[in-house]
Amino acid sequence: MPQVAIKAKGLEKWFGEGEAKTSALRDVELEAYFGEMLYIVGPSGSGKTTLLSVLSGILKPNSGSVLVEDIDIWKLDADKLADFRLNKIGFVFQDFHLFPRLTTAENAAIPLILKKKDWDESIREAISYLEIVGLKGRADLPPVKLSGGEQQRVAIARAMVSKPDILIMDEPTASLDGDTGNSILSFVHKNILNANRCIVVVTHDSRIYEFASRILNMVDGRLTGTEKSMA
Amino acid sequence: MKGILKLAYKLLVNDTAKFTSLLVGITFAVYLMMFVTSMFFGVLNHASATVINIGTTIWVMDPAVETVSNSVGMPDYVLDAVRSMQGVKYAVPLYSGGALVKLADGNYQSVTVIGLDDTSLLGRPTLLEGKIENIYAESGFLAVRDAEFAKLENPRIGSEFELNDNRAVIVGIAQVSTSGLYGTPTLYTTYQRAIQYIPNPRYTISYVLLEPKSADDIPQIKQQVERLGYRARTKEEFMQKTADFFIYKTGGGTNMLIMTAISFIVGLSISGQTFYTFILENLERFGALKAIGIRNRDLVGMILFQATFTALTGYGLGVGLCVLLIWLAKLRLPSYAAMLTYASLTIGFVMVAIIAAISSYAGIRKVLQIDPFSIFRG
Repeated sequence: MPQVAIKAKGLEKWFGEGEAKTSALRDVELEAYFGEMLYIVGPSGSGKTTLLSVLSGILKPNSGSVLVEDIDIWKLDADKLADFRLNKIGFVFQDFHLFPRLTTAENAAIPLILKKKDWDESIREAISYLEIVGLKGRADLPPVKLSGGEQQRVAIARAMVSKPDILIMDEPTASLDGDTGNSILSFVHKNILNANRCIVVVTHDSRIYEFASRILNMVDGRLTGTEKSMA
Repeated sequence: MKGILKLAYKLLVNDTAKFTSLLVGITFAVYLMMFVTSMFFGVLNHASATVINIGTTIWVMDPAVETVSNSVGMPDYVLDAVRSMQGVKYAVPLYSGGALVKLADGNYQSVTVIGLDDTSLLGRPTLLEGKIENIYAESGFLAVRDAEFAKLENPRIGSEFELNDNRAVIVGIAQVSTSGLYGTPTLYTTYQRAIQYIPNPRYTISYVLLEPKSADDIPQIKQQVERLGYRARTKEEFMQKTADFFIYKTGGGTNMLIMTAISFIVGLSISGQTFYTFILENLERFGALKAIGIRNRDLVGMILFQATFTALTGYGLGVGLCVLLIWLAKLRLPSYAAMLTYASLTIGFVMVAIIAAISSYAGIRKVLQIDPFSIFRG
């Protein structure tokens, strides 16, 4: 039995009060395992991104708990929660959110710099990760000189450079064409996923479902079932 | 923290357009503030030129005197009375007044004449040429080589001209530490010759220069002089009195305050707006940093560093520009009344610190408010 990476119990999240109250998560129970690439799919507004934010320690639920490697992350104070995200979780955002005034290597090195590692050493490590994601020789370029797929690879290098146990990918193909999106997820599946890492992907791009270990469906804030089970 | 500050530095400096705009704003504001205050302090310094150049410890004067150049004559008994006061080491008269000089080309030039005590010559300037004892020679005058010297057609020892229809001969060329404010050349002579050459009202002593036996005697000397109906002021008090006149009774202080305030507002508007725009443009990325795991205090540190670095660089450039322009102006006009003082440097620094604080406060508020969840929502 694979080891549990994330365990969510009874998650409830709503926005607004009174008549304006909107439930985004309704009694969500979830387990994600090391060695799997878990997809959460569903229509827009179904609560996928809210769930991803709650699981990764960004958005506090109104009730319920999230255990990551047996730590109840929502019982941590703000600084410890920030440290937790920095050390345990890698983020790949839908719009990459790279700094246009920094070089590719500097962008990729950001988590190490935030960990207060030496600047030059951080850049060296970032360059080695850029090579892993196929961007050898692009370290000194600004992100604007790269294609969308290449920028996504920089974002992946930035997420991986601190060797997180959990990788969170929010709509990773939304800003990419079909072929590029496919090749990115294929790369992640082959090179990033391993037995000690859990990857959670939120998407509604069915073209990349082939890389998922499991796919959970989400509708109106509830996980309604599994489309694809672990092999 | 070092790496995070380097990150902040690169984010700031690599945005060349914004960084340049920030620097221009702060530099311009600092330059204006420094220039206005330097001009004002320069004017105040020049206004007290005679006090500075004579350099005695205590000045006795009529209570109506507001500035050193507007003396009110005192009767001779004041000098005698002061000399007999307790704690007084010595006291001598000083004449200060204006006269007209007829130059060799027939033109007239107004001059300031300082009449030094005939016995002691207390307050005499440093001589560049000639001997001080020649001041006692017939019609002897010392000319001060300052920015106004050329207005006397660059006289040499032996040069003659008419001073209020009397013959005057230059017997020495002197220098003083501070030029006067009003752009007139200065001549030194003896007290007796000064009151002989220059038509005067009934009383001829402009000031009594006084040296106390010790600093502890100053308060009682001041009390005794006050009982006599006059005022005794230390050199510093007299300079302050002169400065107060220009600050409060000429509108100069108000003008300086208005100009400094305008410079501050211009600097704050440009820099604050640009810095805030810089933060807004990078807001989503700062949100991404929060999502990745930066602590709030590190984020605040980054923004404070950016604001401080910009402010200090702009301050340095502004001061440098001010120094350069004053230097260039003094090449052309040696008596140019601008003087960079610690006070103007401090005023500029405090203003820049306020600009940096306000700019960064707005940015910090915005960055701390951003919810990293919004980064996911897109």
